[in-house]
Amino acid sequence: MTRKQRRLTLIGSALAVLAVAAGLILYNLTKTITFFKTPTELAEEGFKPGMRLRIGGLVKEGTLQRGPNQTVHFEVTDTNRSVPVTYQGLLPDLFREGQGVVADGALQPSGEFKADSVLAKHDEKYMPKEVAEALKQQGMWQHTGDKAKEAAPNAAPAAAKPGA
Amino acid sequence: MRRPQPRSRGPDAMVVEVGHYALVLALALSLVLTFIPAWGAHTRDSALMGVARPAAFAMLGFAALAFLALTIAYVDSDFSVLNVVQNSHSSKPLAYKISGVWSNHEGSMLLWVTILALFAGLVAWRGAHMPQRLLAYVLSVQGAIAAAFFLFILLTSNPFARVMPAPFEGEGLNPILQDPGLAIHPPLLYLGYVGFSVAFSFAVGALLEGRIDAVWARFVRPWTLLAWAFLTLGIAMGSYWAYYELGWGGWWFWDPVENASLMPWLAGTALIHSIVVMEKRDALKVWTILLSILAFSLSLIGTFLVRSGVLTSVHSFASDPTRGVFILGILIFFIGGGLTLFAWRAPVLRQGGLFAPISREGALVLNNLFLSAACAAVFIGTLYPLGLEALTGGKISVGAPFFEATFLPLTVPLLLLVPVGQSLAWKRGDLLGVAQRLAAAFALALAGAIVVFAVTRRGPVAAPLGIGLGLWLILGSASEIFNRSHRAGASLAVVLRRAAGLPRSAWGTALAHAGLGVTVIGIAATAWGVERLATMKAGESLDLGPYQVTLEAVVPRNGPDYRETAALLAIRDGDRLVGRVEPGKRTFTGRSMPTSEAGLLTVGLGQVYASVAEIEAGGSVGVRLYWKPWVLFIWLGAVVMAAGGVLSLSDRRARVGAPVRRAAPAAVPAE
Repeated sequence: MTRKQRRLTLIGSALAVLAVAAGLILYNLTKTITFFKTPTELAEEGFKPGMRLRIGGLVKEGTLQRGPNQTVHFEVTDTNRSVPVTYQGLLPDLFREGQGVVADGALQPSGEFKADSVLAKHDEKYMPKEVAEALKQQGMWQHTGDKAKEAAPNAAPAAAKPGA
Repeated sequence: MRRPQPRSRGPDAMVVEVGHYALVLALALSLVLTFIPAWGAHTRDSALMGVARPAAFAMLGFAALAFLALTIAYVDSDFSVLNVVQNSHSSKPLAYKISGVWSNHEGSMLLWVTILALFAGLVAWRGAHMPQRLLAYVLSVQGAIAAAFFLFILLTSNPFARVMPAPFEGEGLNPILQDPGLAIHPPLLYLGYVGFSVAFSFAVGALLEGRIDAVWARFVRPWTLLAWAFLTLGIAMGSYWAYYELGWGGWWFWDPVENASLMPWLAGTALIHSIVVMEKRDALKVWTILLSILAFSLSLIGTFLVRSGVLTSVHSFASDPTRGVFILGILIFFIGGGLTLFAWRAPVLRQGGLFAPISREGALVLNNLFLSAACAAVFIGTLYPLGLEALTGGKISVGAPFFEATFLPLTVPLLLLVPVGQSLAWKRGDLLGVAQRLAAAFALALAGAIVVFAVTRRGPVAAPLGIGLGLWLILGSASEIFNRSHRAGASLAVVLRRAAGLPRSAWGTALAHAGLGVTVIGIAATAWGVERLATMKAGESLDLGPYQVTLEAVVPRNGPDYRETAALLAIRDGDRLVGRVEPGKRTFTGRSMPTSEAGLLTVGLGQVYASVAEIEAGGSVGVRLYWKPWVLFIWLGAVVMAAGGVLSLSDRRARVGAPVRRAAPAAVPAE
């Protein structure tokens, strides 16, 4: 092999690997990212059932129902609108009515949100960032009372994600 | 030193002041170390350059003193120190009082900078035979990084801040951090992260000096290997901790904080391979310099991600934005500075030669390509949501599906090529010869995969394939050692003697690659895992893979600083009792929310994993049960990899240290 051929082989293989990597990254990004929506946005923007989304808000008081096999139903609210959620599995330790949650999943044709993972505040001081911001946007920050105020300077959350 | 009462005043109260003062002195020394040796190297003034080593030792001494003072404050439960109040409690066991020092933002930054000073001290200690100018530049850069972090600690995160009046009792340590795994995870991880600063400093030193050669690679290689081995252990420890402590049953979640440690690991892995090419073949110089800068830059980015609170993640305990901005400033200064210097000075460096594509060095280039691409994929997946939110306000999340779909196609081909690259000769490899030498290993790995497939015919296909890949890595390494020791007609004794006589770096490489194979087997076996969700009453049983699990009772019990409701589960194989697990829900003193404590039973290399979801009225509990065959292979492989790194580190050519070629120049007295 001449010097030139060697150089070309090197550069060619480098470009090939990088092109494959770039293609994989772009393709998978468009395919797998999920958007974060509040219940109000969910209701107003209109999403097709089956599209993967992440929703966040507070677990509405009085809506938590436990079914068989650790199935739970509850509503997530941003105090303006709310969306019914079903989930089967282990809820995070800090899951409570009136507390902030973030859920990943997809809307069902019935309008129910089927979650495959639920994240909650993992420490009494913290609240998921998305929830804190969504509540601020809604102007509902004060509404959530002392706990939220305590959380305000510490918007960094900790998550519990049952199942992987 | 220890007295029964927690106290805030007394003769030892001075300790905190001494610690604070030591930190200020360490900052002053780091500034001396930054400017004087660098100026000396620039003007070729040997006396000024001579300041480097003593200043590095003194900086280490004062940083260690500050760290010791904070540790004493924790051990003594000195609640006049705010940091101790917030993160400790006088009833904590001694081990968690000590680990409490680095369980929080301030203390962990102090640990970070103390380890940085430790590496500066070690470089100074081992550097007696190094060319004086290079050593002066290297230690100056270490000093500059240390100065930035000392300033950061003193200005935004002072662990010695007092509280007045001193409370009688502390708030306690976050219970999920009270764990032996997490006690040693940060020190290991930081030894890895911060260890890459040495490669960074050497790269900047080489750029400033305008000169780089194989000898440079020989100086850098041991430090990089050391950092890499610690980082490997640190990541494995963190992964095992998340596995058993968070109660989710998974071992890797592609959480941004996990990615933050994976990125420097990938870049560092590329670096330890490219340094070898530079050392042996005097090639890939500019690329190695760039990788050295990038590996530490990714460590700094990892520190930023974890410490600034920009992430939505389990690890983000720090949350003050002013700190985030300060670390971002440090980040931009060192990464930007390093890369600018690289762009400006790299053309000055003499380029190495080109080489044949089919050769050991060609294979190592391929290794670097795949690792860099994988690292870039993780980088983009981790930072894209942050960037998008900063630019457009849109909130998205990039989760495990992205990383799995991107990372696997970029790493599996690399794993397939590892045994081939390992067997290729330097300069001009012979693919046919390699194929002959590896035929047995390949056939055995294939046979292994087929046997596994035949035995578990209804199971997932990915598992036998992954196990075949793991076997290929292990057998490929074994065959490399065998081929290097075996000669036609040699007796077993001769082969063994020759194998023992192989350089330790050859054994280290083989061991690390085999460790990778072990991890791959563990990951592949997760496909056979069984998961059950159930609500059980006392006396009920259910099947879990090969076992039957019975809930015997639900009992309350108390620990030293918590109350617990535990589910007692018996695991049987037919009539034989295999063991018991006792997962529970704990409520710690001073915390209102309960935490889950998983129950683990190790059977061979597999584990039964149980966690309690919900204690329900009427004595029934919601439980999540897993059977995870061979799961311990995942972390065991990482330990073997790190052992390979350390073995390679102890190679003669690293220990001797003083290369003949460059020790002689007249202008460089060896101090």
